[in-house]
Amino acid sequence: MTGKDQQHSILTRMRREKWMYVLLIPGLLYFLIFKYVPMWGALLAFKNYQPFLGFFKSEWVGFEHFRVFFANPEFGMLLSNTLMLSFLNMVFFFPAPIILALLLNEVRLALFKRTIQTLIYVPHFIPMVIVASLTYVFLTTEGGIVNEYLYKWTGQKIDFLSQPDWFRPIIILQTIWKECGWGTIIFLAALAAVDVEQYEAAIMDGANRWKQIWHITLPSISSTIVILLILRMGNVLDNGFEQIYLMLNPLNRSVAEVFDTYVYMVGITQGAFSYSTAVGLFKSIVGIILVLGTNWLAKRFGHSGLY
Amino acid sequence: MTRPYKSVSGTIFDACNYLFLGAFALAAVLPFLYIIAGSFASDAELTERAVFLIPETFTFAAYEYIFSTDTLLRSIGVSVFVTVVGTAFNLFFTVTMAYPLARRALVGRNLLLNLVIFPMLFSGGMIPMYLVIRELHLLDSLWALILPGAINSFNLIIVKNFFQELPPELEEAAKIDGCTDLGLLWKIVLPLSKPVLATFTLFYAVSHWNSFFDALLYINDPSKWPLQVMLRQIVMLSQSAAGDLYNMDPSFVKPPDQSIKMAVIVVGTIPILLVYPFLQKHFAKGVMIGSVKG
Repeated sequence: MTGKDQQHSILTRMRREKWMYVLLIPGLLYFLIFKYVPMWGALLAFKNYQPFLGFFKSEWVGFEHFRVFFANPEFGMLLSNTLMLSFLNMVFFFPAPIILALLLNEVRLALFKRTIQTLIYVPHFIPMVIVASLTYVFLTTEGGIVNEYLYKWTGQKIDFLSQPDWFRPIIILQTIWKECGWGTIIFLAALAAVDVEQYEAAIMDGANRWKQIWHITLPSISSTIVILLILRMGNVLDNGFEQIYLMLNPLNRSVAEVFDTYVYMVGITQGAFSYSTAVGLFKSIVGIILVLGTNWLAKRFGHSGLY
Repeated sequence: MTRPYKSVSGTIFDACNYLFLGAFALAAVLPFLYIIAGSFASDAELTERAVFLIPETFTFAAYEYIFSTDTLLRSIGVSVFVTVVGTAFNLFFTVTMAYPLARRALVGRNLLLNLVIFPMLFSGGMIPMYLVIRELHLLDSLWALILPGAINSFNLIIVKNFFQELPPELEEAAKIDGCTDLGLLWKIVLPLSKPVLATFTLFYAVSHWNSFFDALLYINDPSKWPLQVMLRQIVMLSQSAAGDLYNMDPSFVKPPDQSIKMAVIVVGTIPILLVYPFLQKHFAKGVMIGSVKG
């Protein structure tokens, strides 16, 4: 701030930039109405919402809905399904773009690299409904190509879409297919920043390809990996609502139902607004604790962290 | 980057690497090529030949069937409307908010930034949002698909960061020449931001075209369903594309279910595949602007 600015009072400075505040009006209204009012509406979790009474007249019930939810046997199923999907994603999906980026980084033919990149980004832009539809069309027992082949070779068909055992592998494969290529962008950006001289020095010291990757490439993108890991930890309870919802059916519900789909089912389709708000609120709060917690851990281990 | 290195193991590594990457890239696009081919194939061919990329019995029957009533066309119309109008709203809301936030000297800037960032950490959730939409009488209105998503906070911050990186000298020079604040935004900042704006236009447009869940939540009237919801009805819930079969010409031979489903998938994907080449030119840059500078 310059000396001249300090002479002005805050009001004068604001008046001078009045058009900036006019510009802010639509955005602020948006945030107020569609972000902050629903936050305040989350208080419904502590009320017994009756549509004909409205928000204000409905009675307060404190933690009653939470108590009911935790006592519900469904709670254990939802928690384990949610955590299991996140765990599988962490183990199988999270490393995939890193590996893919490392492999792409080893390609020296620029044209080949660009072609591959162009192709592997495509699925990211494909709507989840199409991804689920493709899965249905390919895996259905009624003329799906996978089952036609299974039948030719083994004389049997597998009902992939309704057997609980197949639900998780299908979800993970869909995620890898859709997002793995796109996920390489951020790692490739980090890799492009690595100093080439480091490799030259390593080669002089007799390091082979694997050793170069292990000792130079990986350490130089480790901070990117940690940041993305933190982001993902915060979303452990978010399993991609659309994807799960689209693949969910009454037959695989025991492994497929997660917090978000449950909120939709009891809230929107059964009208239990307060109870499902409580479920959603529980999920949001655990999510925040996870983000802040992992961020704190990352800082303790010497990484820069997010905040 | 060029790294001098030649050895037998290095060559083997390269060969395997190229093969693997090639296979991965094929896996990303092959399902579409098969679906496109399948949508033109006959019933018999689909079950007998199974895998092919060029159908022997080339037929438009599936497309004729799905366009035999206006059910699908109407949902395409809804999707186009939501995409065009929605993206225009997105750009207006994002730019008008990002520009003031990019001014370091703006009084109250930190408070405003925190106001934007906090909802990224905590949200009211699905039900309170639904009730807000209901209270605003937006249920069964296409505005419910446009207004609640008018700003994507991540995009807003990236655009703000981009504005912030523009050289301040330009601004000063323009001001000396008598340019107003709004003139500055319109005549100097926006033209300089074309690549970023193009990226986000396309990102926003793609997300409107792809969106499914908000329509599922807020739109009950089937005549207002966007394409993605209609697509799910036809492909996954196996509902008739034509909707009312009674009105159909009895001489119309119904093509196989599989090829109808494939044709619907093709219709839902084609716009993305058409804009993708334009999209692709910009997005890597756009994403980097956001991710690297933070």
